[in-house]
Amino acid sequence: MSNKIGEVIESTTTGFIAEAYELYDLPPFGSLVKITDPSAEIYGIVCQAGTASIEPGRRPIARGKDEASEEAVYRTSPQLMKLLRSEFTVLVVGYARDEKIYQYLPPQPAHIHAFIHPCSPEEVKRFSRSFDFLGLLVTANAQVPAEELIAAVLREMSRVQDDPRAFLVAAGKSLTTLLGGDYQRLRAILGRLRV
Amino acid sequence: MTETNQTLGIVVSGSVEKGVDIRLDAQASIEDMVVGRYVTIKGKKRRFFGMITDISLGVTDEAITATPPDISDPFTAEVLAGTATYGTLHVLPMLTIGGDVASIVEGPQPVKTVPSHFSRVSLASEQDMELVFGKEDAQRFWIGNPLDMETKLCLNLEELVKRSNGIFGKSGTGKTFLTRLLLIGMLQKSKAVNLIFDMHNEYGWEGSSESAGRKVKALKQLFPEKVAVFTLDEENSKRRGVSTDFTVRIGFDEIEPEDIALLRQTLNLTEAATEAVYQLRRRFGRDWMQKTLDLSDSEDTKNLLQQMNIHESTFQNLRRGLATIRRLPFIVQRAPVDAVKSILEYLDRGINVVLEFGRHRDITTYVLVANMLARRIYNRYQEKMEASMAGNVASPTPLVITIEEAHKFLNREVANYTIFGTIAREMRKYNVTLLVIDQRPSAIDEEVMSQLGTKITCLLDNERDIDAVLAGVSGKNELKTVLSRLAPKQQALIFGHAVPMPVPIKTREWGSQESYKEFARGTDSKQQAEKDIKELFD
Repeated sequence: MSNKIGEVIESTTTGFIAEAYELYDLPPFGSLVKITDPSAEIYGIVCQAGTASIEPGRRPIARGKDEASEEAVYRTSPQLMKLLRSEFTVLVVGYARDEKIYQYLPPQPAHIHAFIHPCSPEEVKRFSRSFDFLGLLVTANAQVPAEELIAAVLREMSRVQDDPRAFLVAAGKSLTTLLGGDYQRLRAILGRLRV
Repeated sequence: MTETNQTLGIVVSGSVEKGVDIRLDAQASIEDMVVGRYVTIKGKKRRFFGMITDISLGVTDEAITATPPDISDPFTAEVLAGTATYGTLHVLPMLTIGGDVASIVEGPQPVKTVPSHFSRVSLASEQDMELVFGKEDAQRFWIGNPLDMETKLCLNLEELVKRSNGIFGKSGTGKTFLTRLLLIGMLQKSKAVNLIFDMHNEYGWEGSSESAGRKVKALKQLFPEKVAVFTLDEENSKRRGVSTDFTVRIGFDEIEPEDIALLRQTLNLTEAATEAVYQLRRRFGRDWMQKTLDLSDSEDTKNLLQQMNIHESTFQNLRRGLATIRRLPFIVQRAPVDAVKSILEYLDRGINVVLEFGRHRDITTYVLVANMLARRIYNRYQEKMEASMAGNVASPTPLVITIEEAHKFLNREVANYTIFGTIAREMRKYNVTLLVIDQRPSAIDEEVMSQLGTKITCLLDNERDIDAVLAGVSGKNELKTVLSRLAPKQQALIFGHAVPMPVPIKTREWGSQESYKEFARGTDSKQQAEKDIKELFD
């Protein structure tokens, strides 16, 4: 597995935080990623990402006053690449065991230092055959608004589908049932699905 | 078949009395559903057969109705369709078709329960329809097709003629066509003979079709050897090129006080005048009418009237009324041939009689003649039936009397006087039943309405008429919706004795060459056979 993009640095049943191997090399918001654990493959949705100083108490200082471009800043201070790090938070939406996908929380959380891979279009397609995972997202306690997250996930997933529109309609129907008559919330999501 | 068996939705609630609600599947288009269509509901133990009586739109969240999505973007609407916004069918289950042997033998049964939650609902298949409504055979007559279906709805006419029946509908909705159809059915498939009081000269010979503006054939042309046309107005019939079999003349002595009582309103008689008729009848006997009209304005008359306690003005009132009757051209002092006798002769031979009124289309004539003839025919039937009950002779051929403008005979005030009231009430005891045709069913006596076995009703839009027709039917409110949504032509709702459940139908075509061929098929082949036999021996 050479396409790993990061590894787990904090893990719970509902989600984990991962550090990207390369600064700014973050998976897109709402994309599907997976962890290959010895016991199971855990699937998750990127719900938050960010870059900050490696030392929580030390905030970076502005350095570009005399530089021509942003790139020049990093060129003149190469240490920055080591003093900063990119992290992303993943919400667990399911796991696979024995070739079968379960769209609910896994029995065990991911291990620390487990590798994170982005999912290939085939994997996304396979995972998105069912919309049960939307239930986890609707109730998830993410730092971003759930409507934003769900819309982003569906937009990401629809890109790899043969018929993106049909996929979005089907997803929308599942959401309608999940939201149980909360039409305003549904509208907020549907409004963000237009691509 | 695959198309019709597609699942429409599932049962979500309901009751025996009010019917069941069905949540429509997202892929089933609500606009394809039609009130009056048949569906089968597959319960766990049995299948239910019902009719769509209402279709409605529902939303899970009221906010959708307050702030509907932007319709320029179909995406949101598409997502909401079938989930947050959905269609509901209201179905009235009417029959159950059981799966076990007993129920196959007994056929569909009236519904006594409701299907369980989430039973699947699909449009009724042709087989189901056939199972419920039967196939065209020796006794069943194809009268039309259930709405939007190919299946033939067949009435068991042998059963139908055992009771009095009614055909209702606003004027111009196809009552006449429907009646023609039904008469042909009876002619072909039942043992009953018909006596038709044909007020508008439509059933014997050519009638006209309103929409096409063309002539349409009637009974005598299609079944010449089975139908006889009697006329009250020979001249008119001749002019129309009708070959009549008999000209009816009515003698004064054939008119009875009951006939006058019946005409009270049309002749503008007072209550006292009608009472006086009975007295005069007692006094003068059979020739009372002639004698009354002959009374001169002398002292003798005055004394006579005084004796009978009849006031002078009452008498004048009565005379004016009787004079109106006398002026009718077919009323003669003494009829040359007894019309009733010849009608009965024809009927006994199994020949159906159509009595044309020619130009005498006013209601006075119609009520008078129809009532008078029917009363006497009924009396004969009664005698014959009683004789047959005594065991000596065969019972008379069942007779169906067709009357138009029935509310004139059967309204609350006169229903007790007219023979038609009696026939409707006593029903089939004496093998005589009615076929009532009317456009104002609310004017007909409730008691009579309740005795009608099968009712066929075209479009009605008067609330009182609808109530009158549907009185006492289970699922009345649901049927009301169906009835008021019938097309103004060629559609009718049938319910009652002869059908297992109420059915809205599109009536069979009438007026084209093919339709005649189909109707007359039975006779044609017979004629052909007779011709062949003749040729063989000649």
